[in-house]
Amino acid sequence: MTARTRVAAEELADLLPGPPVPLRHPGRWVACGVVALLVLWFGYIVVTNPNFQWDVVGRYLFGADILRGVLVTIELTITAMLIGIGLGIVVALMRLSSNGLLSSAAMLYITFFRGTPALVQLIFWFNLSALFPTITIGIPFFGPVFATVNANALITPFIAANLGLGLCEAAYMAEIVRSGILSVDAGQQEAAVAVGMTRAQAMRKVILPQALRVIIPPTGNQVIGMLKYTSLASVISVTELLASAELVYTRTFETIPLLIVASLWYVLLTTLLTAVQRVLEWHVGRSHSDTRAAASSSFGEALWQGLFGFRPRRARPAG
Amino acid sequence: MAVAPMVVARNVHKRYGDVEVLKGIDLAVDAGKVVCIIGASGAGKSTFLRCINHLERPDQGWVLVDGQLVGLEKIGRRLHETSERNLCAARAGIGMVFQRFNLFQHMTVLDNVALAPTLVKKQSRHIAVERALALLQRVGLATKKDRYPRQLSGGEQQRVAIARALAMEPRLMLFDEATSALDPELVGEVLDVMRSLARDGMTMIVVTHEIGFAREVADEVVFMDGGVIAERGLPSEILRNPRHERTREFLTRVL
Repeated sequence: MTARTRVAAEELADLLPGPPVPLRHPGRWVACGVVALLVLWFGYIVVTNPNFQWDVVGRYLFGADILRGVLVTIELTITAMLIGIGLGIVVALMRLSSNGLLSSAAMLYITFFRGTPALVQLIFWFNLSALFPTITIGIPFFGPVFATVNANALITPFIAANLGLGLCEAAYMAEIVRSGILSVDAGQQEAAVAVGMTRAQAMRKVILPQALRVIIPPTGNQVIGMLKYTSLASVISVTELLASAELVYTRTFETIPLLIVASLWYVLLTTLLTAVQRVLEWHVGRSHSDTRAAASSSFGEALWQGLFGFRPRRARPAG
Repeated sequence: MAVAPMVVARNVHKRYGDVEVLKGIDLAVDAGKVVCIIGASGAGKSTFLRCINHLERPDQGWVLVDGQLVGLEKIGRRLHETSERNLCAARAGIGMVFQRFNLFQHMTVLDNVALAPTLVKKQSRHIAVERALALLQRVGLATKKDRYPRQLSGGEQQRVAIARALAMEPRLMLFDEATSALDPELVGEVLDVMRSLARDGMTMIVVTHEIGFAREVADEVVFMDGGVIAERGLPSEILRNPRHERTREFLTRVL
């Protein structure tokens, strides 16, 4: 350690005006150089290695087959997430219920569906007809029977994928929603019922809206995760993005370029989702800023931050 | 003919596990009167206040507010827990102000005040907003109607909380240590609003440590100790010449 030099106040009498000279960071410059070199080198390889077959990538990127796959991937992401969020809220509310049976049932659900791999569940649902050849809608044990259908006809690959991914997702969403609700101060519920709201009204109008601030960021991650998990559905012959690419390359043996096509689409979609997530976070976070200035940071800024990961520079007021 | 009191509480008991917090409280408050409840922390003041609007469920006893049982109904010769609908109807007529304000953090000041009338009383948004503005005017915060709670000082938040409670046109207002969480210089503005409410004839039950406020505004002071009402009477009697040893001890500590 360097010894601290003593400075007499008189020595500071002849200082030039202006702010102190900033500390230099030579280590950072070295790191930047190394990173820049690696990026350049990687770019060079990607461009010059003919095995990437960029012309093939270009040909298929917007091909009809691939676009259909993209559409199925988006559909599956949306429906599986809707199942996951809807059921997740129900399971979370059950888990928080003061009724022991309801909360244990919710616990059991979460343990089971979080404890088994999504791929196993997908295949399980796909083969449901082996377990239950027919599916009956009615009241268990003694009630009337309303309808009976053939399980093979009902559980199409797309439905099986929705069930597998959606039910699994609900277990994760339940935990996310639960932690969100618990993050809201108990005084909010008390204040709401004290003015005469029912518990359901208090939940809907006061607690859930505030829980959203905590729920939305991890839910965004879940949506992005789901977008990629939908590729598992290719295993049970749902022609989503990955399966569409596979269908092409098993025919043409252009494996690498078609995997690149699929990857580019996944990256594009996740980037868009990230931007949406950032805008939503900005929207629910508004009331939470302590100052008026922070609260008025604009929609555009939130979008920019969502897309590029940092805030745009603002002109600072002079002085 | 004697007018029925606005609030009657009879033999209210509450226990948490092994601790008996309320050991049988009896209280009657006439319409338009202000009762201040004082006492050391842990005496059961807040718990009793929360029993009045059934935020706490009494283990025994009952509370009648404006001729309506709160949270209970009489069937035959027994009291039964009442439906949520009945409980909400009873609570809608009782305003409560909390120590920690508990404003709805995700809503503007105006929406905080206008929410319950639209949701619970089914008032039109237009009318609810108009009335909310009038109430904000009354507590001196009309200019801050578009702020969020976190952007206000503690005193301002508490005044909004009072306006929020008044928006339901309650017949009774409960104040649970409404000034205890405030910086000393902000206490006055909240007490001013409470004083003006009392002047306008609002029935109020006030749990407070502000002995000065009790002396000036209360019609009756109730001293609670160890889950019972130890002493009650006119503020001049209780605060100047307490008969009870515990009251005397308490007053020398807080004054």
